[in-house]
Amino acid sequence: MKIDAHGIPRHDGSRVPGWDEPADLTKEPAVVPDPATTPVPAELQVEIEDYMSRYPDSRSAAIPALRAAQRRHGWLSPTAVEQVATVMRLTPGYLIAVATFYDMFETSPVGEHTIYVCTNISCSLRNADRVYERIQAAAGGDERFNVRAFECLGACDIAPMASVDGTYIGPLTEDDGEELITALRERRVPLPEKHIARRPIAATLYSSDSPRAPEGEPAGGASAEGRTSTRSDKRGDTDGDAI
Amino acid sequence: MQLLFDDIDRAGLNTLAVYEEKGGYEQLRRALSMSPEEVLSELQASGLRGRGGAGFAMGKKASFLPHGDMDKYVVCNADESEPGTFKDRELMQKNPHLLIEGLAIASYAVGATRSFIYIRGEYDYVADILDAALAEAKTARHIGPTMGDEGYGLELWVHRGAGAYICGEETALLDSLEGKRGNPRLKPPFPAVQGLYQGPTLINNVETLMNAPIIMRMGGAEYAKIGTETSTGTKVVSVSGCVQRPGNYEIVLGTPTREIIYDLAGGPGEGRSIKFFFPGGSSSPVLPGTDENLDLPYDFDSLAKAGSMLGSGAIIVVDDTVPTIDVALKTAKFYKHESCGKCTPCREGTNWTVKMLERIDSGMGTPMDLDIMSSVCDQIIGNCLCVLGDAMAMPISSMIKHFRTEFEAHMEARRAEAGLGPDGALSGNDVTEDRGGPYALTGTRTS
Repeated sequence: MKIDAHGIPRHDGSRVPGWDEPADLTKEPAVVPDPATTPVPAELQVEIEDYMSRYPDSRSAAIPALRAAQRRHGWLSPTAVEQVATVMRLTPGYLIAVATFYDMFETSPVGEHTIYVCTNISCSLRNADRVYERIQAAAGGDERFNVRAFECLGACDIAPMASVDGTYIGPLTEDDGEELITALRERRVPLPEKHIARRPIAATLYSSDSPRAPEGEPAGGASAEGRTSTRSDKRGDTDGDAI
Repeated sequence: MQLLFDDIDRAGLNTLAVYEEKGGYEQLRRALSMSPEEVLSELQASGLRGRGGAGFAMGKKASFLPHGDMDKYVVCNADESEPGTFKDRELMQKNPHLLIEGLAIASYAVGATRSFIYIRGEYDYVADILDAALAEAKTARHIGPTMGDEGYGLELWVHRGAGAYICGEETALLDSLEGKRGNPRLKPPFPAVQGLYQGPTLINNVETLMNAPIIMRMGGAEYAKIGTETSTGTKVVSVSGCVQRPGNYEIVLGTPTREIIYDLAGGPGEGRSIKFFFPGGSSSPVLPGTDENLDLPYDFDSLAKAGSMLGSGAIIVVDDTVPTIDVALKTAKFYKHESCGKCTPCREGTNWTVKMLERIDSGMGTPMDLDIMSSVCDQIIGNCLCVLGDAMAMPISSMIKHFRTEFEAHMEARRAEAGLGPDGALSGNDVTEDRGGPYALTGTRTS
């Protein structure tokens, strides 16, 4: 078991965190919270209700709702889970059971910047393990950074790569680790020339007669319009600064 | 031949204006003017096989859905998490409207009125692009409550997951989409009969659905002429690992594997050779880099005949500088982490395979471990609700089969380093105290 910066045990090795922790069997199970006594921020309530309206069974909105709560609170704190439970009319226990299944839900407090470094097969064949160590070393236990080794992020063409607050960046060199962390500290966009949105398909990228897309202009369809128009799932607080 | 990648880097292709300029949504309109049966028969005539992994004929799968007025669903599986696979990401990022159009055509063909795109949570920026495209398509009334003259309507949403490989398995995906933990379900009943919210559900991969508008444009019979007789069409192949030009390449099915790895992806680095490769993602049995294997036509049946599979169409190349055990350990750890824990053979089998590989790598292994591992793998295959366990067992046992001597040599070298003799007798002095016997490693937990 690993102990994180907050002294909280992390179960990165198991899909069922907390399975080996004792449960207090004398405690009454938490019931569906009473809306009258559980205040929910209006925007969060509207967002969750919007998700619930999309499905024949409103319970389908559990994951999008938890994502929204996590974005707002930084992690799935007991308050965050309770707010989702209030709107969705589910027990907090049900939501925690769902949340602990998925890797992207944080059940203990984390830093504002999330950095997933892919250390799966294709990336590790291209030195990802060293890159991960260097990023970790650069973050140096700074609580603002949530640096995690992650399973395949689906971007082996830019291996080794990392997802920095949701932006895919690669291929990374070992030295990029320092720059990445420094840029985030200084609230700059880290390694803009390595963002995946700027990459054309491999056949174009590597063909000798068509040069790489000019800097500063997205080469492919992933142009700026796509990211700004109707973003129903914004990354909240971190949106304004670096990424 | 470029069908999916045709002009894909055109600026603004993700916007409706540019997509329509290229003839976008014309095929959907044409489909809506036909009867659902006619659309379905075009799809069937194309011979298109699923691009997600199993390679099941798409039209046939769609035809399994019962007729009638019940609530039916189409779910696009965009939970692309198979290590080495990144084709759907590039396709959706650059041409989101093609997926929306394809999904709408498929929904009309099977009579579904509600459809979902289940995209993995890590693809947040791709989901933003899809959301934007979908909003445009809804405003332009390509998608919505009234789409054709017959009053067909479709409600379509993008649903983001939150990070779990198992949710790429179709029944686990359905559970996750219903707001539960993503555990696979017992099959049968298959989703075509009883799927999302207990209704008949068609689940298809992104690339499969993106082919639907292309098939409508070309005609099913014409599409079937591309590729081989049993593997029709083109395929976007993700090549990664030890190659000089990693990336997605669209090929005609049946292209020699050598051409993909060497001519397109540039082959391994200077002075290196291919030790082995995964032909279809990390779940496929590995093939050594022999001439015979490199000359294999890259299609569903040729790879199956060679003892592997096309899978998701992701080639991971491993060159001769990489120890096989490193790749085996990475692979096994991944499946151990991602096992949902519902079925014992997978939960325990993946766990013990990792422990045995770690034991070998630390010098505490014995030759018996290789046989036990093979037997563990044999006992996983076919004994679980889904194929996640099989997906670890197949590559690991193929690595042991092809590279047994290397595993044994590695084991002996590590044993010598640890001060243990070849027969298990201790030749060092204080090793036992430090390690606490051959099972000492079983207590360690790694992420």
